[in-house]
Amino acid sequence: MTLFRDQGVVLRTIRLGEADRIVTLMTEQNGKVRAVAKGVRRTGSKFGSRLEPFSHVALLGWQGRGDLDIVNQAEVIDTFRPVREDLDRMASAMSMLEVVDQVGQERHANPRLYSMLVGALSALAERDSVMVTPAFFLKVLALEGTEPVLDACASCGEEDIEKLVAFDLVEGGVLCRNCRRGRSLSGEGLALLKRILGGGLAGVLAEPRSPTTDEVGALATEAMEVHLDRRLRSVRAGPVS
Amino acid sequence: MGVFSGPLQSLIDELGRLPGIGPKSAQRITFHLLKVAPEDALRLAQSIIAVKERITLCTRCFNVAEGGLCAICLDDRRDITSVCVVEDPRDIVAVEKTGEFAGRYHVLQGALNPIEGIGPDQLRVRELLARLGEEGIAEVILCTNPNLEGEATAMYLARLLKPMGLVVTRIASGLPVGGDLEYADELTLGRALEGRRVIEA
Repeated sequence: MTLFRDQGVVLRTIRLGEADRIVTLMTEQNGKVRAVAKGVRRTGSKFGSRLEPFSHVALLGWQGRGDLDIVNQAEVIDTFRPVREDLDRMASAMSMLEVVDQVGQERHANPRLYSMLVGALSALAERDSVMVTPAFFLKVLALEGTEPVLDACASCGEEDIEKLVAFDLVEGGVLCRNCRRGRSLSGEGLALLKRILGGGLAGVLAEPRSPTTDEVGALATEAMEVHLDRRLRSVRAGPVS
Repeated sequence: MGVFSGPLQSLIDELGRLPGIGPKSAQRITFHLLKVAPEDALRLAQSIIAVKERITLCTRCFNVAEGGLCAICLDDRRDITSVCVVEDPRDIVAVEKTGEFAGRYHVLQGALNPIEGIGPDQLRVRELLARLGEEGIAEVILCTNPNLEGEATAMYLARLLKPMGLVVTRIASGLPVGGDLEYADELTLGRALEGRRVIEA
């Protein structure tokens, strides 16, 4: 039963009653938080657009006894407006929100996940890069402790790069010709994966769209779905499908 | 699980299923209905039956209608060259109250929401496209809610409709009349500034 201050990104909102919403936020200090925002749907609401998905806000909340908090005040840190106003970017950002909603634990601080989300949204607001979401998915997998093995065959340890031709997250990463399972992986795809997870992220984000980025994008989505053990609805039912 | 049995409990259960009505409210309403004159209670029952039997969706715009076309589509005085796209029949009521729009409507019956799995196929988008070819429409006003789902829907429709050579407009975002600048949020105020207009003196 305390007041708390925190920063967070709005992940999703659900209508509640006449004019309220339940807002799910990924916060810096409190992990995933679900809070009631009273009267947000009214035209004259003091919150206005501040509690829409994607909004990065500083908030003052009241933590009651139940699992729902109450939002008292919210101040915008960033609205990521370019993301909101471009259908393609909105779709990719939406899938990041869905993943964070799945991965984040309620009231379990995960500052790394929070700052990764903020970073990814800022990157997406800065430029329309097709690699932001796949890179984010792979980084989340690494954070979750399921970083794919990329240097050698995950099954037999074969180190010859020429022989690494497949990828399967269940096996734990790339696979050689003899152990191959899952989806096939091109040499360029593997190189791109290594750059994402090996510190070459800035360069990766500047990559223009190509068959390789599409390959890694599909692979990252699939790997994330295997990890979460469910389909990512925002990817499958994206508005631009 | 209820204390009461038979019709009384079943009425409480049915009322309890209505949006925003919990078990206590359901009980209160049930006992109120038990007390009122029979004709009053029957009138309510009749209204519910009448609504379920007679009200359908307009075959043209998907507004609520009493068989066939809705009152707005039947009205010959309305401008057939502009169509206002809304999410819900209740939004028509809001737009009609302004008295600023004299065209026809198209109700999408929802908005895009990828996270909930609602895509274009779940909305009346195909029907809208079919109307554009048939009815001689020149302007489409995208009047979906100014929230994330509504904006996504508007952007999606704009992308679909623009190549068809129509005027596609989006309702403006701005400050509510009677509001206070100090409390305006950044996005709304930003858009209000962007959409400012030359004042007529």
